[in-house]
Amino acid sequence: MTGAALARLGAALLLAPLLYGVIARTKAFFAGRTGAPLLQRYFDLAKLLRKGAVYSETTTWVFRAGPVVSLAAVLGALALLPMAGAPAVFGFAGDFVLLAYLLGLARFATVLAALDTGSAFEGMGASREVQFSALAEPALLLALVALARNAHELSLGSILGAVSGETWRHDAAALTLVTAALFVVFLAENSRVPVDDPTTHLELTMIHEVMVLDSSGPDLALVELGAALKMWLLGGLVVSIVVPVRSGNPWIDLGAFVAGLLALAALVGVVESTMARLRLLRVPALLVSAGVLAALGLALMAEW
Amino acid sequence: MGLLLLGIACVAAGGIAALAASRSPARASRLAAAGVVTGAVLGLVAAGRVLLTARTEELVRAWDVPYGAIVLRLDPLAAIFLVPLFVLSALAAVYGTRYLADEAAHHSLGAHWFHLCTLLAAMAVVLLARNAVLFLVAWEVMSLAAYFLVTFSHEREEAREAGWTYLVATHLGTAFLLAMFVLLGRAAGSLDFDRMRQAGLAGSPLATAVFLLAVVGFGTKAGFFGLHVWLPEAHPAAPSHVSALMSGVMIKMGIFGLILVLSLLGPPRLWWGGALVGIGAASGVLGVLFALAQHDLKRLLAYHSVENIGIITLGLGLGVTGAAAGLPVVSFAGFAGALFHVLNHALFKGLLFLGAGAVAQATGSRNLDRQGGLLRRMPWTGGTFLVGAAAISGLPPLNGFVSEFLVYFGAFSAAVAPRGAVVVALVVIAALALIGGLAVACFAKAFGVVVLGEPRSTRARDAHEVGRAMRGPMALLALACVAVALAAPLALRLVAPAVAQVATALGVPAAEAPLVGATAAVTAVVWVFLAVIAGVALLALARRLLLRGRAVTRAGTWDCGYAAPTPRMQYTASSFAQPLVDLFSPLLRTERHETVPEGPFPAPGSFASHTADLAARAVYLPLFAGAAKALGSLRWLQHGRVQLYVLYIALTLLVLLVWKVAS
Amino acid sequence: MFEAHTLLVGLILVDFMLLASSRLGSCIRQVAFQGLLLGLLSLAEHAGWGAPWRSWALALGSIGVKAVLFPWLLRRALRDADVRREMEPFVGFTASILVGVVMLGASLWIGTRLPLPAGVVSPLLVPVALFTMLVGLFLIVARRKAITQVLGYLVVENGIYLFGLTLAEDAPLSVELGVLLDAFVAVFIMGIMIYQINREFDHIDADRLTSLRDEAS
Repeated sequence: MTGAALARLGAALLLAPLLYGVIARTKAFFAGRTGAPLLQRYFDLAKLLRKGAVYSETTTWVFRAGPVVSLAAVLGALALLPMAGAPAVFGFAGDFVLLAYLLGLARFATVLAALDTGSAFEGMGASREVQFSALAEPALLLALVALARNAHELSLGSILGAVSGETWRHDAAALTLVTAALFVVFLAENSRVPVDDPTTHLELTMIHEVMVLDSSGPDLALVELGAALKMWLLGGLVVSIVVPVRSGNPWIDLGAFVAGLLALAALVGVVESTMARLRLLRVPALLVSAGVLAALGLALMAEW
Repeated sequence: MGLLLLGIACVAAGGIAALAASRSPARASRLAAAGVVTGAVLGLVAAGRVLLTARTEELVRAWDVPYGAIVLRLDPLAAIFLVPLFVLSALAAVYGTRYLADEAAHHSLGAHWFHLCTLLAAMAVVLLARNAVLFLVAWEVMSLAAYFLVTFSHEREEAREAGWTYLVATHLGTAFLLAMFVLLGRAAGSLDFDRMRQAGLAGSPLATAVFLLAVVGFGTKAGFFGLHVWLPEAHPAAPSHVSALMSGVMIKMGIFGLILVLSLLGPPRLWWGGALVGIGAASGVLGVLFALAQHDLKRLLAYHSVENIGIITLGLGLGVTGAAAGLPVVSFAGFAGALFHVLNHALFKGLLFLGAGAVAQATGSRNLDRQGGLLRRMPWTGGTFLVGAAAISGLPPLNGFVSEFLVYFGAFSAAVAPRGAVVVALVVIAALALIGGLAVACFAKAFGVVVLGEPRSTRARDAHEVGRAMRGPMALLALACVAVALAAPLALRLVAPAVAQVATALGVPAAEAPLVGATAAVTAVVWVFLAVIAGVALLALARRLLLRGRAVTRAGTWDCGYAAPTPRMQYTASSFAQPLVDLFSPLLRTERHETVPEGPFPAPGSFASHTADLAARAVYLPLFAGAAKALGSLRWLQHGRVQLYVLYIALTLLVLLVWKVAS
Repeated sequence: MFEAHTLLVGLILVDFMLLASSRLGSCIRQVAFQGLLLGLLSLAEHAGWGAPWRSWALALGSIGVKAVLFPWLLRRALRDADVRREMEPFVGFTASILVGVVMLGASLWIGTRLPLPAGVVSPLLVPVALFTMLVGLFLIVARRKAITQVLGYLVVENGIYLFGLTLAEDAPLSVELGVLLDAFVAVFIMGIMIYQINREFDHIDADRLTSLRDEAS
């Protein structure tokens, strides 16, 4: 049991950076370019891990602890995610609260590291990050409660395990709403269009990227890896609902799960190629709507 | 019981000794602190014994006041409130000896310590009293002692005004309590709580009236949003160790009172739970929103007290809902979360107020935008403040998360229950999630602006770490935050008897071991905590190994090519919070005063913002202004002649007497 | 030992003398004498109590405080404050006595209508208690000086004590505690009032406190 869970955790660590490659290739396809290699993110990570580091004179140990705590928290959250039908490393009633709050811890560490530099740009990014995630958190938890209501269970393993083709036929409307809410949360938490644009280098438009302006070397590698894992984590939630393949054969299940994630990455690429980023002032409305969708999903799911 | 009473006597004796030793402020401080610490240790032993054995100790004596006896009872519920009381009071007293040392020239420390010890002893008696008269007397002594503590710096206008606001608020609250106890006493024919419980009021309209009076009366002390107006005034005005005690312990007396009265009333109505959840959600969300808009560190913390009272009330509301709807698991988890959060809030809020005091003393200002870069100058204060900030934001792996998790757990259990209070659960979850996100934002702001970055004022640049007597308590509290989190299953076992007591009193069907599920979940949570901590350690080690022997250089902060950044260009507290403040501007109504620089040769610009309290602005100020206007026509009655005032009294008494005997 | 009835009549006479006296010094003497009468009264009233030491303690305590300690303090305050010895009434002395007669009548009437515990020694006890309280209030209202107000409070307090004696057998401890608390508060207020008023205003006319009133805005 735990062996399978740990193997899936390993797979996540290994494959998560690939998602960025898929997104980049999709966008390149839409732009008519060749684009960077699929494995570009791996090359970047390897390069960063080999480098030294430059620290701002303003920074303290908080800045150095930021990437470490952040990555550890995301790893902890990932250990709570049941992937491809197998139970998670840790699974218990109410585990998804811990998952959400571990993401909160990761964010807190990143935000404090950004503020530690004393830079106005990073302060700005931190300010936006906390604003958007404060609004995304209710949406995430309400969506998961809706699924819990469907399963009459409280642990993520049972909740996701209860979603099947049968559920989709029976409760399609509710599941669609919940999936939509989770997808918005996925985009917002991973700083993708339409909430954030990770490719521009105009600082004023950026949220997540601007917070790590001062990070370098292995620290930056930890940050990038953490971002990739977070995308894997939230994407995994979406995929578990949309692609509920439970064949019983672990290889088929895992294959379907990974394929689903790669497809999701491609979808992100499509969104980014066809949509413009929202004005910052409009983003809260999007996130609040996600929360409303999730609450509506819960209402539909509940057999009053 | 004897041990506990001895402890309370020690605390009181410390206060009296300090008063007697007023001439030497240092000796007064030492005597009082010694009394408080001794009393706290004795009290903790007594309370711990009760929690471990789930046994109740009692002392009953006859007295001359009619309708009842002196009843003091140390049950698990009282013990669970006594633990934070004693822990925090001992640490705050030690902190106070150093914190007040510089004030000795202007103020009488003996009187201050006397009031502090009186406050502590009175709170302990409030928790033990099981007779309405005794309870109210202790309650009033507690309220008055706190008034003298708030007005410690009475030479400052704001402290005097805060004191008045507090005094008026607390007495209005007590008026409601008086009416409530009169109702209960009439129904029971006795002022002893036991007789009130046996009166069997459950389901009667009287019970509803009592519930509403209790919510207003105790809510004023606890600081429910709307009744909280005294809180953001009184907490900043008081010395920091007093703020820590008031916020960490005193406002919890309101929560205790509410639970006590609920347990007197027996099985609750369903809508009571809904009402409490509504109050909790409003307090929690609005509390944290107003905290976000503050510039004063202690005011910010005071609004967070409103927020945390909101979280506790959410737990209580769930507990009551579960009791009324016949969902024991929900009820137990809700009450457990609420009671556990009472303890946790005392720890981290106490820590944060002590930290705020250290910061204010080091930099001479509580304004967030005059701080900065304190972590390198005050490593102890900064480090412990970080622990407190993370804990109050409910982040793992700290204690705040565990109690919030229990409330969540109750809400989820309600949400998935086949017949259930889905709406209540939905409100609790949405509110808690929003509160959690906003609290992270608020404490990222508070910690980031105060402790990180570059100093924004010369005082902040020249700040020094505070003395050992102030550092020690902060370090211990930070340690306690971590320890309680990692020993959460054990702590939950200590809370369990109190939870069982409340739930039984509320008529929750005695399911077998309803906390088992929650305990298992909390145990698993702790394992994940440990895993994350291990992960942090491993990653830190890996990072260190990677960087070994490589070039690690220092440079200025990268400001996107701008060559001469100054500390004034940092993001300020106001700018950090601006997006959220703007988003919620319909509620917050922040006033801005700005002069925008215009034209090719602009005049100097300026910007200032101020967020007045919603309840004060929308309700109380108009109310009191209206009352003043309406009563203005009676001003001729007030002419300053003492003789005539006494004549009014005499005539009133005479008329009443004649009316009574003539009829 | 002492005839309760005689003592009560004595108290009424003292009350009238208080209303009529024009000198502060004699007022203080009369209040002291009233205290003495009260102490003796508690002996007379409760000669039949189970524990005689209690009534003796009560008597000695009240004589000590009311007849010795307070008058001494007041006299000292009078000397320190260096005020003129006249009473300076708002209501003239003759008028005061007439008011006193009305008050006595009212007290007697009320006394007949109050539901009282059985076993009160003299039927006069309650009316006299009420009358004493009213006289005290009247002194407060109708005299100008702060020190006469303190005297008035003491007289009111004597009345309350007297009233308490009627209930003393039902709730002895609480009555005694109440009396002690009253006495403490009285001394406390007196000390503060005389001292502070004298310091701030150089005289002890309570009348001048008018200048402290809140002006209409």
